[in-house]
Amino acid sequence: MSDKSHAVHLDGGHSTEDGHYHGKAWLEEHGHHEESFLTKYIFSQDHKVIAKQFMFTGIAWAIIGIIMSLLFRLQLAFPTTPFPILESFLGDWAKDGVMDPNFYLALVTMHGTIMVFFLLTAGLSGTFSNFLIPLQVGARDMASGFMNMLSFWFFAASSVIMFISIFVPTGPAGGGWTVYPPLSALEQANPGSGIGMDLWLSSMALFIVSSLLGAINYITTVLNLRTKGLSMTRLPLSIWAFFLTAIIGTLSFPVLFAAALLLLMDRNLGTSFYLSDIYIDGQVLPHEGGSAVLFQHLFWFLGHPEVYIVLLPALGITSEIVSTMSRKPIFGYRAMIGSMLAIAILSFIVWAHHMFVTGMNPFLGTVFMLLTLIIAVPSAVKAFNYITTLWQGNIKFSPAMLFSIGLVSLFISGGITGIMLGNAAIDIPLHDTYFVVAHFHLVMGSASAFGFFAGVYHWFPKMFGKMMDSKLGSLHFWITFASVYMVFFPMHFQGLGGVPRRYYSFTTFDFTEGFIDLNLFITAAAFMGAVGQVLFLYNLITSIRKGKTAPANPWGSNTLEWTTPIHPGHGNWEGDIPTVYRWPYDYSKPGIKRDYLPMNVPDDDPEWFEGVPMPEAIPDKRKTEAPINIEIQE
Amino acid sequence: MANTATVSTGASNAWAGGKKPFKASYGKLMMWFFLMSDAFTFSSLLVVYGLIRFSSSVPWADPEKVFTHFPIITETFHLHPPLAFVGLMTFILIASSVTMVLAVEAGHRMDRKAVEKYMLWTILGGLAFVSCQAYEWYNFIVGGHPSMREFWDGGLEQWVTGMYQGASLTVNEYCENPDFANLFFFITGFHGSHVFSGVVINFIIYLNVRKGTYDKRGHYEMVEKVGLYWHFVDLVWVFVFTFFYLV
Repeated sequence: MSDKSHAVHLDGGHSTEDGHYHGKAWLEEHGHHEESFLTKYIFSQDHKVIAKQFMFTGIAWAIIGIIMSLLFRLQLAFPTTPFPILESFLGDWAKDGVMDPNFYLALVTMHGTIMVFFLLTAGLSGTFSNFLIPLQVGARDMASGFMNMLSFWFFAASSVIMFISIFVPTGPAGGGWTVYPPLSALEQANPGSGIGMDLWLSSMALFIVSSLLGAINYITTVLNLRTKGLSMTRLPLSIWAFFLTAIIGTLSFPVLFAAALLLLMDRNLGTSFYLSDIYIDGQVLPHEGGSAVLFQHLFWFLGHPEVYIVLLPALGITSEIVSTMSRKPIFGYRAMIGSMLAIAILSFIVWAHHMFVTGMNPFLGTVFMLLTLIIAVPSAVKAFNYITTLWQGNIKFSPAMLFSIGLVSLFISGGITGIMLGNAAIDIPLHDTYFVVAHFHLVMGSASAFGFFAGVYHWFPKMFGKMMDSKLGSLHFWITFASVYMVFFPMHFQGLGGVPRRYYSFTTFDFTEGFIDLNLFITAAAFMGAVGQVLFLYNLITSIRKGKTAPANPWGSNTLEWTTPIHPGHGNWEGDIPTVYRWPYDYSKPGIKRDYLPMNVPDDDPEWFEGVPMPEAIPDKRKTEAPINIEIQE
Repeated sequence: MANTATVSTGASNAWAGGKKPFKASYGKLMMWFFLMSDAFTFSSLLVVYGLIRFSSSVPWADPEKVFTHFPIITETFHLHPPLAFVGLMTFILIASSVTMVLAVEAGHRMDRKAVEKYMLWTILGGLAFVSCQAYEWYNFIVGGHPSMREFWDGGLEQWVTGMYQGASLTVNEYCENPDFANLFFFITGFHGSHVFSGVVINFIIYLNVRKGTYDKRGHYEMVEKVGLYWHFVDLVWVFVFTFFYLV
């Protein structure tokens, strides 16, 4: 009692915020009033609606990104064959059905931009951080629903600008998703460096604002709005992942913001931040004193953490699903947190491993190489922990579980090539070849996309109150899984054979011609994968419209989102918010009537416990085992 | 029952959930995280400055010869005190930080009149700083500094054909490297836009104070939050000032 009054005293000084967020007062204020279509679905401040907005926008971008990849795969497989149908879609970009080389460059650039930023950053983090953070920490909503709404609408504005850039006469940005100057800084360099590049940079500036508004909301929600009993070491690993992702985003995106503004200045106002000593058609440009490598430093200071912004949420989602569907506690919970922390910190001090061939001091290269290789340690901890969680589990192969296991597989096979590329000496011959393309598509692109799919399949019942078709889901998984490996595995060999990425066709040089047949195979596999995604879309749409009604807790999960009503309103819980009594991974625990034990069940609830309450039932092994060992030694 | 809950939730621990571990509202935390993010933007800009300056193949301009214009004193007495005007600007900005502290302190006492007074001084200080900066830019752009005379007569004669005066984004009289002026314009401009938005935000909060919004709310936390932003902008200026004028 004295404790309680003390707590009230601590909070009471400033505001009634606790009452505002945790009590029923919140519901009376926000929950039951009549909402128009506009405030409920368009300018909603409900985190669950905003999550869906991010999800559908992300999926729309994914469709565009996949279509682009199919177009350039078609070009790579049939480099000289005209496809007259392309002309009717693409017009001048494919005169007589043969793709324009500049359009090819624009396609790969936009494919990268769309997939990395619009799908796997905004689509993945935006969807699941928004959806799961308040539900899993036991909060009515995000700390600031208004800023959360702004975050989505900045993203929407950024999306519109990027979408418009696809249709400008000179085409969208074409200098690669990394937009290195001077290629991206000079209009003469490439048609895509015209207005398309300005739109790209403006779109990214808005995107960064959106990301910042979202991230500071996620961080403060996790810090301030955890429900009673939910300490940081009881947080679901998904929340830890979203939390760290938001921190990484808060600290790395502003650097890209600065870089993008400087590039806009160079492009439009005649400054020379990134430009120096450039000749075009024998004419020397007036730009003097800048440094193109400087941009690479700034870009990769975001670019490398960005890899983890993309991957960590997927790993967090996987942690939840692997444990739930193996009906086993996650192996090494604290090691998982520790390794995510290590990855988050290391991600800021390895950026120059993308720049081994810029002529950097070999000593500096060695430092970045060492730091890079250290990332293998926490990554391996995570991979082993997933495998040991699966070990002897009572595995339920739901589509979400299949995608999670698939993620672990991709994370390992793509991670191993990461160790190779992290070595400066190996990176120099492999730099900018298909080996790199294979590496990051497996470890970051596909793995994170698998995390997205896993999340959608797993939390679909909570999002829409319906079940997805699990047979179709499994089929979707197997097609996707097979096609991912069929597409990206052969690329390793192309890269080892020295084929550079971003080449319009493989017919110009003898050494690339040997891979044309392989390209045909890859393209066929890519089309197969795309068909698999149609299954997913079909499953998603039909399940939303007429899926089977979901039970309250379809996966027998411990986390708090499943304690809400099947169709949670704004405010999530109808009564008081739940109190948490334990971590989220008590699956198959002895002495419990079911094979799971939700976080909000009190320690003496006869509904769940057989006989004695928990804390005394299981003795702490560390305390009892230590003396026994000593006796044996004596 | 209630007893069990208290024990197993570890209610004495600030991190145990149901509490604010830093005893700060979400709004204040958000401001801190935003400032951290913004600090990274400014840091990267200053890193750009350092990298370009120290890799410059031509000598960098000497700020003591560039920034010598002081209104009235220069016009009437033809004196060119180096860095005097920017010193005044810096003093004004730091003084406005002091008045902001006083406003926040008055907010803790719920003294509306005092908050109003000090917010107004802070806003005036901010406006004065932005105006001074505009004047500083004006002199920088117009150029023709007598202290540069010696510089022109030296080895740069061929380069500054027709005695180029002042500074633009492509060429300037102070230094052969155009990035000297580019960085000056961009970074002080970026900072100036922060100050200006700070003035606007302070003004909105000032109006709210006058309306009695925070008296009704029972606390002046909003003043504290904009205060954080204001101090941050001042702190950034200290670095910008150091890099551009002192080093």
